[in-house]
Amino acid sequence: MYSLIYDGTFEGLLTAVFEIYDRKLLHVKLIKGEWRSSALFEEVLQIITDENRANRVLKGLCKKLSAAGLQRLYIAHMAEMANEESAIVGFIRYVFDTDQNVEEDYGNKYVMRISEIIKMVRREKHRMEAFVRFQKLKDETFYSAVEPDFNVLPLLIRHFKNRYTDQKWIIYDIKRGYGLYYDLHDIQYISLDFSEVNNPTNVITAFSDDESIYQHLWKNYFTSVNIVSRKNTRLHLRHIPKRYWKHLTEKI
Amino acid sequence: MDAERITEKLNILADAAKYDVSCASSGSKRKNENKGLGNASNGICHSYTEDGRCVSLLKILLTNHCIFDCAYCVSRKNNDIKRAAFTVQEVVDLTINFYRRNYIEGLFLSSGIFKDADYTMERLVRVAKKLRTEHNFNGYIHLKSIPGASDELMREAGLYADRLSVNLEMPTEAGLKLLAPDKNRQDMINPMSFLKKEIIQRTEEKKLFKNAPMFAPAGQSTQVIIGATPESDQQVLQSANYFYKNFNLKRVYYSGYVPVLIDKRLPALNTAVPMVRENRLYQADWLMRFYGFHVNEIVNQQQPLLDLDIDPKLGWAIRNMQAFPVDINKADLQMILRVPGIGLLSAQKIVSARKFAKLSWEQLKKIGVAINRARYFIICKSNEFERRDLTGNNIKQFILAESKSKYIKNTQTQLNLF
Ligand code: SF4
Repeated sequence: MYSLIYDGTFEGLLTAVFEIYDRKLLHVKLIKGEWRSSALFEEVLQIITDENRANRVLKGLCKKLSAAGLQRLYIAHMAEMANEESAIVGFIRYVFDTDQNVEEDYGNKYVMRISEIIKMVRREKHRMEAFVRFQKLKDETFYSAVEPDFNVLPLLIRHFKNRYTDQKWIIYDIKRGYGLYYDLHDIQYISLDFSEVNNPTNVITAFSDDESIYQHLWKNYFTSVNIVSRKNTRLHLRHIPKRYWKHLTEKI
Repeated sequence: MDAERITEKLNILADAAKYDVSCASSGSKRKNENKGLGNASNGICHSYTEDGRCVSLLKILLTNHCIFDCAYCVSRKNNDIKRAAFTVQEVVDLTINFYRRNYIEGLFLSSGIFKDADYTMERLVRVAKKLRTEHNFNGYIHLKSIPGASDELMREAGLYADRLSVNLEMPTEAGLKLLAPDKNRQDMINPMSFLKKEIIQRTEEKKLFKNAPMFAPAGQSTQVIIGATPESDQQVLQSANYFYKNFNLKRVYYSGYVPVLIDKRLPALNTAVPMVRENRLYQADWLMRFYGFHVNEIVNQQQPLLDLDIDPKLGWAIRNMQAFPVDINKADLQMILRVPGIGLLSAQKIVSARKFAKLSWEQLKKIGVAINRARYFIICKSNEFERRDLTGNNIKQFILAESKSKYIKNTQTQLNLF
């Protein structure tokens, strides 16, 4: 069993695949992180991300997967789900080791696992599209803080760019410390310095004048539409798990 | 803005609108044009009420003043409640500001009937028109068609709204006569058939001229109230089927009657909301729309009521044991869809995956099949399968016994679709 240490990037992962085939390794474990030479007893290999090698693997994948299939693979990796590298590498190896396109071979455990990962990522993306709550700041920017389970901000760009074109907005992932900023023209990745504001979710001092009124109205609306005689807490919690509540205006 | 007054109005007019269960905001394909605000396509639930229903639209009445006296309705003329009315501008402002904060997908505007049908409809149209033309708003708009409104107004409504709906309210004409003596079924059907014709014609035009304006791209829907009158499920579903077929409806919503009023024509105030029945009706509705079931296979003269204990697909299966077992590795998609415990997605996955290799129990489980139900009805790549010669009733008892422990833990009924 070899442990391959890589830098966490998709190129790094593809480079690792190159090494696996180059050195004809059979059992491998891919670990994201820093190189630490001591401590480990098994054989350890540090992968140095190499654009050329990564590209060769990518080309190979292009030949064997549909464009959508390749994109799904990329998204599955980008989500940064803990300890899923083996599934992703396993999938890539299965793709290379089989003649036909295996994307829909759900009987295979790697194919099935990638499909499960994609399902989880999609759900998180949809949740974010639903649960983002913008707060209007004094400078007319609409600000929202989120803490998605997986790294899905890049997947949100298209939706929010199409929807909100005539207002400036920020969607900030406070867990991962970066955000999207739309300035009425383009979208940029930004990272904010919250050292002055103790709590990044709390930007009340910067609210526009009508912000608190609309938040109040929305909370009222949310209470009014409830039908008490149909109360079903279990269903409610399944739709909005508690961990999302702290950023939901109507739940604060 | 007078925050206090608006808050009060919103409370009254959202409360009065909440019994309309439709909340869908999907089925449209309105794009964001000219750097405007919003789009309508995918239909997102932005929140969920504590009863677990989707909150997607700002759902309000323009006013709860009404000249009619429908027995089941909180806004009825003779009910002694607080009345309120929004101005057109107030609804526009609320919609825009909620939308900009990503609270909602758009507006669902209904109204009590004040003065007359056209007068009311004209106000609803004006809200939609203002949102579209003055605010370049491309979010979702669902307007209620007021029974008896003129064709001219309905045509205008179709130009601005994504969806229009007339609530049939009672599954049968007799039910309507009993509870809503001011309403007549023909007045409800007229705008519906007008819109149907208009939508077909406009869709044709749109094929020829790309720039032809959109006309109610998300189509029409309706709602029937369940349990206020004694109609059987067969009557309910057959009437739903009739409206799907003849008016190209996108959705029929079934709303379990919530007793809010004392009236000797209605169930008493302490009657429970028929939530399980409502859920079974939705499941049956799905079977008709997506699973290729004919309404008569689900309910008929011998079987006028849905079995509340089990979902209608399982119900059909145990009445039709001669159709099973189904070989997962051979049967066509249509038949796989009829197996209890296999949903739309799993069925498609099965058909894709079996091209590579025959599927076993283990793989079916991974694909998402509910084996505990499906196992009585299928065979796959395995020597293990149900060998006992079970009757439909045996199977029902087994499945019920198995899910019983879950049932008791949550006295609340499960509201899953399959
Ligand atoms: S017409 Fe509509 S608002 Fe008026 S009483 Fe009947 S159902 Fe209620």
